[in-house]
Amino acid sequence: MSRGLRLSALVMGDAQADRIVPPTGFTARLTLFAAGAMAFLTVFALALSLASGRLATRWGDELAQSSTLRISAPAEQKEAQTAAALAVLDSTPGIASARALSPDEQAALLAPWFGADLPIDTLPIPQLIEIVETEEGYDAAGLRLRLQAEVPAAVLDDHTRWRRPLERAASRLRLLGWVSILLIGGATAAMITLAANAALAANSQVISVLRLIGAQDDYIASAFVRRFTLRALTGALAGTVLGALAIFLLPSAQEEGGFLTGLGFEGAGWVSLILIPGLAAVVAYFATRAAARKTLSELT
Amino acid sequence: MIELDNIAYSYGGGELLSDVTLKLAPGSFHFLTGPSGSGKTTFMKLCYGALTPTAGHVHLFGKNVREMSRDDHAMTRRQIGVVHQDCQFLDHLPLRENVALPLTVSGRDSLEQHSNLKELLTWVGLGHRAGALPPELSGGERQRAALARAVIMSPEIVLADEPTGNVDWEMSQRLLQLLVELNRMGKTILIATHDLNLIRSAKHHVQARVLRISGRKLQLAGADL
Repeated sequence: MSRGLRLSALVMGDAQADRIVPPTGFTARLTLFAAGAMAFLTVFALALSLASGRLATRWGDELAQSSTLRISAPAEQKEAQTAAALAVLDSTPGIASARALSPDEQAALLAPWFGADLPIDTLPIPQLIEIVETEEGYDAAGLRLRLQAEVPAAVLDDHTRWRRPLERAASRLRLLGWVSILLIGGATAAMITLAANAALAANSQVISVLRLIGAQDDYIASAFVRRFTLRALTGALAGTVLGALAIFLLPSAQEEGGFLTGLGFEGAGWVSLILIPGLAAVVAYFATRAAARKTLSELT
Repeated sequence: MIELDNIAYSYGGGELLSDVTLKLAPGSFHFLTGPSGSGKTTFMKLCYGALTPTAGHVHLFGKNVREMSRDDHAMTRRQIGVVHQDCQFLDHLPLRENVALPLTVSGRDSLEQHSNLKELLTWVGLGHRAGALPPELSGGERQRAALARAVIMSPEIVLADEPTGNVDWEMSQRLLQLLVELNRMGKTILIATHDLNLIRSAKHHVQARVLRISGRKLQLAGADL
């Protein structure tokens, strides 16, 4: 049978052929439950992967081309040190622009911790200078030496110290998400294979009768394959809907919530969910087909 | 059609059959007899390719069984109707669907299936039992249903292994009549039985060759039958 015909037979089915294998409650329930539970877990693993990916990209994009210079000097020297630092930065290759943050901007940065009414002008808060790098970037070690000599109160923070581990952690988290999806796929295949083997063993008399009357192995296998594929598709569909609902009902992403409330799908990410039932059906198709062929080849 | 060329078959370290040669001519009628355990069922299985001989060759419709693929075997079985003593059915399907199974698995259309089936069930006297499930059938009804299933594809050959083993004398005569009718339609018939009375009664209706398995060999039975 050609691949096209096989696929159409799988989708359209054959009412009479479907009746040949008696309905077996145990394996039907096992397959439905396994596919549903695995699809539910896959939704979460996928959400984790996609959220980690977004996080890694955001951290990379937002922080990759920027640095901060902190001037911690006594109030009467702060302005002069700031001007000296800006002069150094202006003449440093690899720096596209540098500007001192206004008191309002600094107050806004501190607001999440101290509230909006902070009297910033009465506190010894260091002056922050935002540095935007060019594509090539600057020599951080060289700049630090120059600042040490010319602006002793300046401390350069190029973000790499904490950005890289965070990016690495996010990437690892994303990788773990994908590995989880692969493991879930493997476990689904294993469970469906076990259920299919149980169904094949329970129906040895059916197989023996079909062999006696001239049924080809493909025909016998397809009766089991179609049944298990449809069960996996149904179970996975239910599991995916429940998983998507659970993700949808999570608290919405907020700055304060950080990573946890950002766990979910955005835009096209939701579309990727429709692949889960299809993939479960594909896994079930190949797992049952392999189990059926192995069993049939071992029977005389 | 079916040719056994100097075959032997061993099982569990012992030789069950040896030096067996037989050619079933089209339209012939054969009985195979022998004591229980002599290898009649093994012989029948060798005849339709369910077993492969340990020595010698079996040719089914010109093809060597050893060289046949699994699909070839399946296609060949559609040309050989088989009736077993413990005629197996799919217990969850009604009789009409069980009898029609060979048509279902070969993909024949349902209209053809419907007309063949009705005629056939009437012929074996089970027209009124078409909706019954196999466990609801008597031994004789099961045997007749198995015969109907074996011939629904119009096979050239019908092999029946102890078809009257579980039925009374009257029913065994009815089954024999059906097999004789099939032979008159040109089918080749081979019946394995230990019931010598059945063979004797058949001689009044059909010219049959009687074969006997004795001491692992196949012999032509003599006039003592």
